[in-house]
Formats: sequence, structure tokens, C-alpha cells
Amino acid sequence: MKTRILGVVALVAVAVAGANALFVVPADVNQGDAQRIMYVHVPSAWLAYLSFGVTALAGVGYLWRRDLRLDAVAVSGAEIGVMFTAFAIWGGMMWGRPVWGVFWQWEDPRLTTTALLLALYVGYLLFRRLTDDPYRRAARAAVVGVVAAVDIPIVHFSVEWWRGLHQGPTIGSPDRVLNPAAPGQFVIALLSMLAAFTLAWTWLMIRRYQLARIEWQIEEHGRLGRISAARHAAHTAAARAASEEGAT
Amino acid sequence: MTGFRAGTAVALAIARKDAMSELRGRHAAGSTLFFAALVLLLFGFALGPDSRRLAEAAPGLLWLAIVFGGLLTVARLHQLEADDGALEQLARYPVDQRAIYGGKVLTAVGAMIVLGGLLLPLVAILYGLDLATGWPALTATLLLGAIGFGAVGTFYAGVTVRMRAREVMLPLLMLPVIAPLLLAAVKATTAALGGDPFGELPAWLQLLAGFDAVMLVAGAATYGQLLEE
Repeated sequence: MKTRILGVVALVAVAVAGANALFVVPADVNQGDAQRIMYVHVPSAWLAYLSFGVTALAGVGYLWRRDLRLDAVAVSGAEIGVMFTAFAIWGGMMWGRPVWGVFWQWEDPRLTTTALLLALYVGYLLFRRLTDDPYRRAARAAVVGVVAAVDIPIVHFSVEWWRGLHQGPTIGSPDRVLNPAAPGQFVIALLSMLAAFTLAWTWLMIRRYQLARIEWQIEEHGRLGRISAARHAAHTAAARAASEEGAT
Repeated sequence: MTGFRAGTAVALAIARKDAMSELRGRHAAGSTLFFAALVLLLFGFALGPDSRRLAEAAPGLLWLAIVFGGLLTVARLHQLEADDGALEQLARYPVDQRAIYGGKVLTAVGAMIVLGGLLLPLVAILYGLDLATGWPALTATLLLGAIGFGAVGTFYAGVTVRMRAREVMLPLLMLPVIAPLLLAAVKATTAALGGDPFGELPAWLQLLAGFDAVMLVAGAATYGQLLEE
């Protein structure tokens, strides 16, 4: 019930903050309406990093405590993180087309880093599907998640250097896209979207975690079912063998 | 200190064993090398006969060939053992599991150095490069790249060796992780071949060394978890 209330609150918050960002805040002087993409793009990117951070921490926690609930947290973070990463890339591309003239800008370190981030965690999710035993899957996924998280800062540094070792900050930095006429409104719109998205993220995480627990129960149920079926079959076979022996 | 020395002895013993089985099964190592050479030849066809363009792309192509060949190498180094259950026995020895990781990495790094050392002259011949001036920097790049690839490759081969669809999962998991290594190695190779006019070579070598250090620590810290199953 509490989760449902949280969901409703998050929905209303996203709707209100979204309407404000779309219709109330004035358009950017340089980029026009395309700049409004930033209001969903920045929160998505932030939540992607937050999700992967949760996955890494839950993985470390699993290796320490061997508690499958932590693995459920890890998979929730990875799945929701992949969704927000894809959303951030999609928004960035939609913004890049009118502003840069291209969908994909190889010189932007954040875009290339984020693409690798997506590849890392899509791999993580595919990897999880190929192991059946829940404890083995949790342990392997935890170490893969930890190494992926360790790799992210190196990826970021290397790509940042790759553009040229002595260049300034990126084109998309907030101080360049804000409208000097109404700076406060832009900041409020962005912060309210961040807050609303984070509320929605919290709701998604709780629901995905609950789902992961249910999935695990079903898996366990199936396993117990198979065991009892095998036991039953062995039992009847033994009984038949015994009765045949009695007949002869 | 004695623990460290014992660990080193274990690592060296494992590396020796792996190297021996690798050398005795010469067949597989040879075909990996042939595959990487074939990749280099096909890159030549894909990019056309323009020799200047090929020379420009050569560092990237060299490292892609090393990566493709290396994927097969690290997978094979684990596969041999997993197939006859030797990996389970290895995991049960009462030794530090970081030493097992260290030994496996040593073999992988050795194999990668051989692979890179043979591919580099081949690239020079096929794409018309001059190795005479930049060879110390090229050697350093090759060494650091081999260490990083060995560290990451051993970890991911250990992760995937007992999985279904491991042939797909190994590159799928590993390629995004080694992207910084590929990038830094290609940049360092380009700088070394071109005489490093912008003085950026040390920075790329540092990045490679940093990547190696982080991945070795991460691999050593987590590899034991994979053996414990």
C-alpha cells in the first residue's frame, strides 16, 4: 500500500515537473525547444549512474553476506540502470541532431562512455540469464558487476583524454545551455525533474525488487517440484520392483 | 613475507604447467596466430589498396587483431582445464587463490606477448610501417597491453568457462571492459610510430599501467569467488 502511494506521488511529480519543463519555462535562446530534452536527459543519466552504483554495492554486499536478497537488489539496479542509460542515450541523440547536426558525436566523451556503460550492463543482464543455480548466479554476477563498476572511471578518463589531451569541458555542460534571461527558472525546472525522476526510480526499484523475490520463489518452487517428482518416480519404481519380486 | 613467497612459487608452478600444456598442444596456439594474421589480411581487403590509409589505420588494426586472437587464447587456457575437471581440483588445493589467479595471468600475459610480438612485424610488413625508431616505446606498449589483456582475460575466462554459450559470453562481457586498454594502446602505438610529436606517449603508457594495476587487483580480489563454487 505504501509503495502504491509512493507510485502515485512519483507519477504526479513527474507529470507536474514535466509540464513545467515543457510549457512554463521559456525556451533556450540558442537552442530553442531542443534544450528541453535536457530536463529528462540529465535525470536519466544521473539515475543510470545511481542504479549501477547500487548494483555494485549490492554485489559487494552479496559476496560478504551471501544473502540472495542483496542479489535481488543488484539485478533491480542493473535492469533499471540499463533502461535509464538507453533513455539518456536516446535523449542525447535527439538533442544532438538539431544542435550538433548529427545523432552520434564521437568527440563527446560522455556519449561514448555511456554507450560502453550500456554494453557493460546489457552483458551483465544476458550473463545472468545463462546461469540457473541462484547462488552461483548471484556470486558470478556480483564479481562481474564489481569489475564493471571498477572499469567505469577508467573508461571515462580514457575517452576524455582520447578527444585530445588538452581540451576544455564538453559542449553539453549546463552553464552553456542556460538562458541568461531567466537562469533561476531553468535550475528549478531541472532540479524538480531530478527529484521527480528519483521518486519514480525509488518506486521502480522497490517493485523490481519484489518481482525478483517472486521470480526466485517460482524458481525454487519449480526446483522442489522437480525433486519431489523424481522422488515419486523412484518410489513407484521401487514399489513396482518389490511387488514383482513378491509375485515370483 | 613467507606467504608472499609461497604464493609466488604456486603462481610460477601453475604458469609453468599451463605453458607446458600450451606448448605441447602447439596446434591450438598456431591456429590462433594464423587466425590473427588472417584478420590482418582481411582488414587490408576491407580498407582497400591505398597504402597511406592502411598505414594510418595500422595501429588500430594491429590491436584489434591482438584482441581477437587474445580472446581465443584466454578462452583456451581455461577450457583445457575445465574440460577434464582439473580446474575443480586446482581450486581445492590449500593455497592462496590469488596465487592461482597470478599463475593463470602469467601464462596469459606470456601468450599475449608472443602473439603481439609476432603480429607487430607482420603489420609492419603488410601495411608498410617503419619499426626502427619507435621500438622501445612499442615494446613498452605491447608489454603493458599484454599484462592488461591477460589480467582481464583470465578473470572473464574464469567467469564464463563453465557456462552455456561461453563462446559468445566471453567477448560480450570482456570487450566493453577492455575498451580503455584498446584506446590507450592504439594511441600509444600511433604516437610511438609517428615519433610522438605531441609528447603524449607517457600519458597513454601511464593510463595503460593504471588500467593494468586496477584490473590485476580487481581480478586477484574476486577470482577466488569463481573457484569456490
